[in-house]
Amino acid sequence: MASLKALRNRIASVTATRKITKAQQMVAVSKLRRAKAANEAARPYAQKMKAVISGMAAGMKNNPGGPKLLTGTGKDNRQLLVVCTSDRGLCGGFNTNIVRFARLKIEELKAAGKQVEILCVGRKGRDQLKRLYADLIIDTVEFTGVRYLSFANADAIGKRLLAMFDEGKFDVATLIYARFKSVMTQTPTALRLIPAAIEDGDAAPSQVYEYEPDENEVLAELLPKNISVQIFSALLENVAGEFGAKMTAMDGATRNAGEMIGKLTLIYNRTRQSKITNELIEIISGAEAL
Amino acid sequence: MADKISFDLVSPEQLLLSEEADMVTIPGSEGEMGVMAGHEAVITTLRPGFITVTGGKDNQRFIVFGGFAEVTQTKVTVLAEEAIPASDLDARIATVTESLAKTATEAEKGAIQAQLDTLAHLRQHI
Repeated sequence: MASLKALRNRIASVTATRKITKAQQMVAVSKLRRAKAANEAARPYAQKMKAVISGMAAGMKNNPGGPKLLTGTGKDNRQLLVVCTSDRGLCGGFNTNIVRFARLKIEELKAAGKQVEILCVGRKGRDQLKRLYADLIIDTVEFTGVRYLSFANADAIGKRLLAMFDEGKFDVATLIYARFKSVMTQTPTALRLIPAAIEDGDAAPSQVYEYEPDENEVLAELLPKNISVQIFSALLENVAGEFGAKMTAMDGATRNAGEMIGKLTLIYNRTRQSKITNELIEIISGAEAL
Repeated sequence: MADKISFDLVSPEQLLLSEEADMVTIPGSEGEMGVMAGHEAVITTLRPGFITVTGGKDNQRFIVFGGFAEVTQTKVTVLAEEAIPASDLDARIATVTESLAKTATEAEKGAIQAQLDTLAHLRQHI
């Protein structure tokens, strides 16, 4: 049986752990609130952008001379996966789920004979993917020093993708991130960035627009911007998801620590009692023997 | 009195303004556009300039740096790359000047200087 001192030390250490997880959980709650607000604030822009592009793309669909960002290069041999994860751990299975999803996607593409490259956004994803696909990772973008994600962060990634696309380094770019469903669930999702994914449902233009300066120029300006916007909204979803997952994980950890403390305290008290009983028996039997 | 037109100003990070107005002036790349209810449906790109909202809750001015605007008969939506209230312009000039002093590389300096020039130009027209 563990000594009383050892038990006392364990109780103290688990209590300290519980304090930390509790604090982490509170931090996650407040950050989640902010992340959700940012996510909601960014939504109208992304939606509007999508609606406008879909409307214009519908007219461009059968036009082979259309911009490459919309129609693609005509090939799909070289695939670029942009895997977005968080920079910090302690958020349960959040990153692992994204990485697992990405891995399935990579294997699927590899089996189809495609050439795959990975751009990691977020440190945790890189750490996990590095073990399996170290040779496929071309670079990692980290936001460890960034307190609040701004559009400029996403824009930098978007510009980089465009530069690579212009140099002909890949044919298809896909973004992998976790869509924030609720605090409990985040679903890993793949979104095709280049060529732009247009859903057929909203392809019908509701209105005939005039374009200034002209349709091609407007589209040429919108398409690159759309990529940054998509990345931005994916990153915001990710941040919200990360804190949601962290909140849940830390809540669980706090509860487990509480249970552990209860159990240890019980053992501690029992041990103490039996020790006292033992001592009493020793004294009494010693006195009787006299 | 003509009908009002609903006006939304959104940037990637937030919804800045959403209200009913009599007229909205937007800096289209082909020239300033005064939009009132019943305007022809237009999608236009924007150049840096002022957005003036007349006849809303109170008359407001914003500065946008690029983006685009979607106009329909009843609605104007400005998707600005970046937008700030006109009253924040001076503060903005100060921060940009500060960041110019901090950067080291020539390329970055050029970009920031260009940004500063745009701001100074807008300042003259406020």
